[in-house]
Amino acid sequence: MKEIFINIERCTACKSCEIACAVEHSLSKELFSAIFETPLPAKRVHVEKAFSFSYPVKCMHCADAACIAGCPTGAMYRNHEFGSVNVNTDKCMGCWMCAMVCPFGAIIPDYGIKVAQKCDFCPDRLRKGDEPACVEACPTNAVTFGEVKELFKSKRLLSAERAAKAVLVREDKEITPLEMLRNIGNI
Amino acid sequence: MSMKTFDPVTQSLINRAEEMGIETGINRLESQLPQCGFGQLGSCCRMCYMGPCRIDPFGEGASKGVCGATADVIVCRNLLREEVGGAASHVGHARHVVLAFQKMVEGKAPGYKITDRNKLMEIASGLGIKTEGKSDMGIGKEVVDKALEDISNQNGEPMNWLKLRAPSREFEMWKEQGILVSNAHNEIEEAMHRTSMGNDADPVNLLLACLKMGLVDGYAGLNMATDFHDILFGTPQITTVEANIGVLDKDKVNIAIHGHNPVLSEKILEWAFKMKEEAKKRGALDINVVGVCCTGNELTMRHGVPLAAHNLQSELVLITGAVDAMVVDMQCIWPSLAMIAECFHTKLITTEPFVKIPGAIHVPFDVEHADEEAKNIVMMAIDSFEERKGEEVHIPKEKSVGFAGLSVEAIVGVLKKINSSDPLKPLIDNIADGNIYGVVGFAGCPSIKLRDTFMTEKMTKELLKNNVLVVTTGCTAQICIQAGLMDSSATDKYCGEGLKTVLHALGKAAGPDVPLPPVWHMGSCVDNARIGTLLGALADRMGVKISQLPVAGSAPELVQEKAVSIGTWFLALGLFVHIAPSPRILGSPVATNVLTKDLEGITGGKVYVELDPVKAAAGIISHIKHKRTELGI
Repeated sequence: MKEIFINIERCTACKSCEIACAVEHSLSKELFSAIFETPLPAKRVHVEKAFSFSYPVKCMHCADAACIAGCPTGAMYRNHEFGSVNVNTDKCMGCWMCAMVCPFGAIIPDYGIKVAQKCDFCPDRLRKGDEPACVEACPTNAVTFGEVKELFKSKRLLSAERAAKAVLVREDKEITPLEMLRNIGNI
Repeated sequence: MSMKTFDPVTQSLINRAEEMGIETGINRLESQLPQCGFGQLGSCCRMCYMGPCRIDPFGEGASKGVCGATADVIVCRNLLREEVGGAASHVGHARHVVLAFQKMVEGKAPGYKITDRNKLMEIASGLGIKTEGKSDMGIGKEVVDKALEDISNQNGEPMNWLKLRAPSREFEMWKEQGILVSNAHNEIEEAMHRTSMGNDADPVNLLLACLKMGLVDGYAGLNMATDFHDILFGTPQITTVEANIGVLDKDKVNIAIHGHNPVLSEKILEWAFKMKEEAKKRGALDINVVGVCCTGNELTMRHGVPLAAHNLQSELVLITGAVDAMVVDMQCIWPSLAMIAECFHTKLITTEPFVKIPGAIHVPFDVEHADEEAKNIVMMAIDSFEERKGEEVHIPKEKSVGFAGLSVEAIVGVLKKINSSDPLKPLIDNIADGNIYGVVGFAGCPSIKLRDTFMTEKMTKELLKNNVLVVTTGCTAQICIQAGLMDSSATDKYCGEGLKTVLHALGKAAGPDVPLPPVWHMGSCVDNARIGTLLGALADRMGVKISQLPVAGSAPELVQEKAVSIGTWFLALGLFVHIAPSPRILGSPVATNVLTKDLEGITGGKVYVELDPVKAAAGIISHIKHKRTELGI
């Protein structure tokens, strides 16, 4: 299963993800036409400030989602094709229970059409083999898309590397037999 | 691998670059995509340090910047700054040429002379200078003074070049609108001033300032530069030239001149000719000077120098490995050229103190020592050739031929052979009876974003099929000549019956009994001045405003800020101006409405954005049809 991961250290608050998200959820899917549509398309990701950082807040597509549990009409459901949490707008009655129980503030009440709006994982794009719009738009790779296993694996590798570097720069360290082995390996 | 596919020559060199692991603009564009929406809409403001501020185009987030500037204010300020970038380039170019001419008339630049004395006299008398009993150099000095007044005047009077070159009806309209300009440098300064934090917050007032910047560009830039080029180096006459990267020759010393200012390239060409024997001694067959970008167009127009590459191919011409020296002056010179030159025996030589590139060799070029420096540069190219001799090169075979040198004087010259007393009459008669349905002026660059759609070629072919004559300048002209659209054979191949008949008749009158081509090469990007002059003359002869003519302008592949300011001059003249991709105005409802609609009620001109070549041509044709109906023809 693929997930969107966010690296807060890389976010520059350019808001490219916000624009790309709104355009992807417009009728035309083109920036220059989307800005003239009525109603204007809504973004489902919001770049928020946290101390000196910025962070694109969006639905995490929780495995045990409070919004699905809390929805009284069954409008909020699990899409098994992509593992995403989606809204069936025909069933949604605009009670905003989902928005109330969402721990991330990722569900946006749309008073115009009286349904909840949220990240839908860009199903049209995924079916074409493309990445979600926010991922493609991010110029710094703060927002990435990949297999959960690989995403966690890469994080674990990064921690391992950090630990290794910490050992390498220790000034008082003694050469251990294991290190001697490594040095030979390098040759 | 690149996702796009280009014409065979461009593509074969992109493939070679990829095989060699050399990065080009094509790769760099892909790594920039998708590009920032705020930037594309013009609604990001970086004018002060309370920002940067962005306006949410979807109405949910911020609707104003920290200072309270709306999207309208932000977009219009940004647009005016783009205009300043363009106008400053052209005014700077013109000033360079005027100062070179001044050195010449003062006897300090022995490498230069007055080549077209008639043009000097025409301009002097147009400026109200009495020529009787004065020497050419004396008259030249007075003409220089008049030119320099246009960047020093503080009395509020309209610029001399505006009075000299502006069509009369449009001049009156600008006076009425209060947009006549007096001093190009003051206007540029004021535009930077009014767009900085806490000044002009009236979007319409800012758009009027854009029109003024268009006039600065048109008269203190384009017209002034073209006039002094012609006096110094001659007014172009019709000639045939070869084009495309295939004009390089592996056995010759290949010197590619790139940039815009013929003050440099003319001397390189002269010294390349003088140093042939030296090149032969060193094992070369000859010295082959080829043109890249607009200084290439300058040499092509006056000397039939082959046109190797348009701006987008400036990297690719180096990928051949066959260029011994690329000599550059100003504008449109990509920083990447140095990194590519480094992979081959190619010397990249910069010559302007304000255009330096790490990795290039800098030879400061000043007109007082033009001969020594040009000789020195040609010698460096010969040295490079010796190092390159015998190395593998990759020169695509394809090249095309076409006509160039269609200055207004050259066009009128042909028309005079049909009607000597009223040369414009045959042209107007053919427009009236529909043989020439309309005329479209194409200007601008090859856009890396639209080149794979063959935007310019497809639009041109659609227009020709509908009997619309195309005149063009700059790198767009190079796209057309490479596509064979400037060759006689294009006339029968692409034109509607009416246009075909006219071009056959003109060809017969011109001398060599072949039809004139359907796309006319009118010069470099500053030579858009020539298009303005032709339109002014046509309108004057018909007794109407330019906005009433069945004509249009187009920047089919907008790249440079210069194209924005040229386009704005065209709008001020009353032209319908097609632009692709969209200028950065859509973030502002006011700018979008004024430029695409309301402006028509002021100058008669308006902007038309369309990225599909067939639809764009259809939009232009429907505008022409409308103008014809209004004229009752």
